[in-house]
Amino acid sequence: MRDRASDLPIAFAAVSYSAGPVMILDRISLMLEPGAPTALIGPNGSGKTTLLKLAMGLIQPTSGRMTWGGRSGGPPVRRAFVFQKPAMLRRSAAANVAFALSAAERSADRATVNALLEQVGLGARASRPARRLSGGEQQRLALARALARNPEVLFLDEPTASLDPSGTKAVEDIIAEIAASGVKVVFSTHDLGQARRLAADIVFLVTGRIAEHAPVQQFFASPASAQGSAFLRGDLVI
Amino acid sequence: MDGSSALDLILAGDANLFAIVRLSLLVSLSATLLAAAVALPLGAFVALKPFPGRDAVIVLLNGLMGLPPVVVGLLVFLMLSRSGPLGALGILFTPQAMILAQTILIAPILAALTRQVIEDLWTEYRDELSAMNLGPLASVGALLWDARFSLATIMLAGFGRAAAEVGAVMIVGGNIDGFTRVMTTSIALETSKGNLSLAIGLGIILIGLVMAVNAIAWTVRRWSENYAG
Ligand SMILES: Nc1ncnc2c1ncn2[C@@H]1O[C@H](COP(=O)(O)OP(=O)(O)O)[C@@H](O)[C@H]1O
Ligand SMILES: [Mg+2]
Repeated sequence: MRDRASDLPIAFAAVSYSAGPVMILDRISLMLEPGAPTALIGPNGSGKTTLLKLAMGLIQPTSGRMTWGGRSGGPPVRRAFVFQKPAMLRRSAAANVAFALSAAERSADRATVNALLEQVGLGARASRPARRLSGGEQQRLALARALARNPEVLFLDEPTASLDPSGTKAVEDIIAEIAASGVKVVFSTHDLGQARRLAADIVFLVTGRIAEHAPVQQFFASPASAQGSAFLRGDLVI
Repeated sequence: MDGSSALDLILAGDANLFAIVRLSLLVSLSATLLAAAVALPLGAFVALKPFPGRDAVIVLLNGLMGLPPVVVGLLVFLMLSRSGPLGALGILFTPQAMILAQTILIAPILAALTRQVIEDLWTEYRDELSAMNLGPLASVGALLWDARFSLATIMLAGFGRAAAEVGAVMIVGGNIDGFTRVMTTSIALETSKGNLSLAIGLGIILIGLVMAVNAIAWTVRRWSENYAG
């Protein structure tokens, strides 16, 4: 798996995405480099989810060009995605992970499944029906399924949006661990504290455009854009 | 008095009664399996594949769920009668004809409900399965498997409908004693002859079977909720 050509960096060159007449992303130019996590922040509807789906290759740009490791296209073999509301297969937690392993053409033996469940703290939940798990547990199971792909890049769409503080902490700890293991993590969030805790750089989106892309300290200390300052103050009006 | 003699027949394991029940089960189970073999793939296909006229097909399938059994019987009768397109088969007034009629009766029910179940599940799974880079065939497999409990319930509903109908089997089977007589047709016949004890005995068994089918459906549902979510 690891010997395949790298998908990084992921480059957006003047990428636009529209649905019918509605321009959702407008001439995005962006490099997602290997290394520490990148956070996407911005108001609701600014295009964070759409940008993540483009980077995953789930949708295609309306115009502009995208490359992964200098190549265009190719199946998302080394990429994984955790959706904001992950769909749980109607099977046990273990069977969900086993399914993801098989889909990635990896051996779904018991030891591998258990190791992945342990990694997200669900070792004791292996035989539970996935849809009966709590919100936080489902989010962690989705992380285990994503890790089953042995990804080089992991996209997370608002991974803690619906979780309580302890659930959030658990998921953040796992994300930090994954990032430390060398996986490039790209996540969107509404939680500025989370962006600060996990990310090395911030991509700040407003109505489908990148208003700012800066190292995390710089963005939070002195945002370069007026919209950035307004967003941090909590009074960005669209 | 009639009720107790009906019970006597059941308890005594009356051979004639047993043959009638056996044929009913055989015909309706065969029809359910045959209909499922056609309708499940068809329903899944319509659910997943965009094609011209898809909406019309969906409306047609949903409408055909309400097919009157006597009309299906008449249609199959015309097909199988000597001058009909399938007359050469020579199966009119045989159990095969009854299986064919019930298959046609319930196939639209199975297809329409399967289409609905698979389409809903696909809406839910679509992004997830694409992100796993799963091919079309494997995706269909995953959907059918994850819908297995709903599909089982759908098949039980189809079986219930087949076992309970009288119009179609009466017309294409002819209600021939010892050959094509099933529970519903003999209940109609025995009642008209005034032979109420046999009619009641069969009625009790038919209701018992329908109850059993529903109990199975309910148990499957409960089990699935507890063990597979
Ligand atoms: N397929 C679609 N068709 C039409 N509008 C869409 C579609 N997908 C997203 N949008 C719109 O695009 C905008 C950006 O959506 P999204 O990327 O989900 O934003 P975010 O994740 O930042 O909240 C929203 O206004 C949303 O309603
Ligand atoms: Mg979003």
